Amino acid sequence: MAGLSTRHLLGIKDLDRNDIEKIFETADNFKTVLNRPIKKVPSLRDVTIANIFFENSTRTRLSFELAEKRLSADVVNFAASSSSVSKGETLIDTVNNILAMKVDMVVMRHPYAGAGIFLSKHVNAQIVNAGDGAHEHPTQALLDAFSIRERYGDVEGKKVVIVGDILHSRVALSNILCLKQLGAEVMVCGPTTLIPKYIGSLGVKVEHDLRKALNWCDVANMLRIQLERQDIKYFPSLREYTMMFGLNKQILDSLDKEITVMHPGPINRGVEITSDVADSKQSIILDQVENGVAIRMAVLYLLAGQAV
Amino acid sequence: MQNLTLLDGQKFQITIQRLCRQLIENHNDFSNSVLIGVQPRGIYLAKRVAEELRKILPDSTIEQGDLDITFYRDDFRRQGAPLVPNQTRIDFIIEGKKVIMMDDVLWTGRTIRAAMDALQAFGRPEKVELLALVDRRYSRHIPVSADYVGIEVDSIASQKVVVSWKETDGEDRIVLVSEVKED
Repeated sequence: MAGLSTRHLLGIKDLDRNDIEKIFETADNFKTVLNRPIKKVPSLRDVTIANIFFENSTRTRLSFELAEKRLSADVVNFAASSSSVSKGETLIDTVNNILAMKVDMVVMRHPYAGAGIFLSKHVNAQIVNAGDGAHEHPTQALLDAFSIRERYGDVEGKKVVIVGDILHSRVALSNILCLKQLGAEVMVCGPTTLIPKYIGSLGVKVEHDLRKALNWCDVANMLRIQLERQDIKYFPSLREYTMMFGLNKQILDSLDKEITVMHPGPINRGVEITSDVADSKQSIILDQVENGVAIRMAVLYLLAGQAV
Repeated sequence: MQNLTLLDGQKFQITIQRLCRQLIENHNDFSNSVLIGVQPRGIYLAKRVAEELRKILPDSTIEQGDLDITFYRDDFRRQGAPLVPNQTRIDFIIEGKKVIMMDDVLWTGRTIRAAMDALQAFGRPEKVELLALVDRRYSRHIPVSADYVGIEVDSIASQKVVVSWKETDGEDRIVLVSEVKED
């Protein structure tokens, strides 16, 4: 088997269908490893990985760190808030200093779109994008699609609606690209102000009525309203948003079929999704988190394997 | 390419039978022993041996599993591309059991070293033994030797030993393949 067609994982945009399927097959194997009494394999024992997070994260960072440790890689963590970045160091300088300590791979989250791409052109390490601004979050999209594949056996032909703040969401963009690549039908649903004007050019449907969207879909991926990225008011109030676009048990039960509910986390319970839906058997939110570690192990394994 | 058949047909079957009898000598009714085939090619051997043992010992339960060693290999990042993993299927407990590991060809011994590492993730067996259908002598990189051997072969590094199975390749056969140099 050849490796992935790319040296870095900067976005789903760089992956072809073959790459995605290769990642899924490898993740299947790692998922069995994660269910053993000893969850560790020695594959990456001579690889050092730096997790550089310029933006807050719990789930993604923990998931990457566990994936790295279960592959036996050496791990260093770095959070921008407690570092020299606050003293005025540039991104390239920061990363080059870390690489001077013999680091092979960098997992980076950054508030600016394209930060990973920029870095990959200037430093000599493999870069894995763990989220760059409102641009891409490739491993999240991969684990979402992997969870759909696990639930239904295949992603091809499935109907997925992504509900919420599409405008500020890197999860939405990566998900759309990944699901389209795998042959799913994708719809976005949200207030007009939070749907980018030209989203149709990605080949997705647009719907502003949540009930219609849910009646159409097999899977609903509920996104969080990213208030931290909203510098102006995009809707009158959170309460109004919840009334129009929040998923509750009543709507879910009124549908004539049983759909699957996903959420990339962190959940704002009572805003985009109510507690009884988030904890229902139709929700695969915790499966997504579990699959996240296997997917990240697969990505790191496949990328590390091609660099000598 | 020059192919020399080392074993086929009835002789192949006799060799498998002999290995089974040797196993029974040491493991009695297999109540505390399990068979594990090493992926990718050792699993066919383990399946065949298990099948024969079930014929000889119809009252015994013969447990047989597949072990993938990809993530334990020592040549990761030393090849052009990542190694493809295979499935691991071990649906029984190996803690305290006698494990008989099986591979079709024992050559450098590196696969078996990785397999012993991989096996540890499943517990602490009482004992681990190795059964190899073909032992390529004098070519070991690591001090590993088999407890049960089908046939021994003297070969050079450029030659290959290929084992085919009735179930997957249409016939039982062991072939020594040599590259012929063109002058």
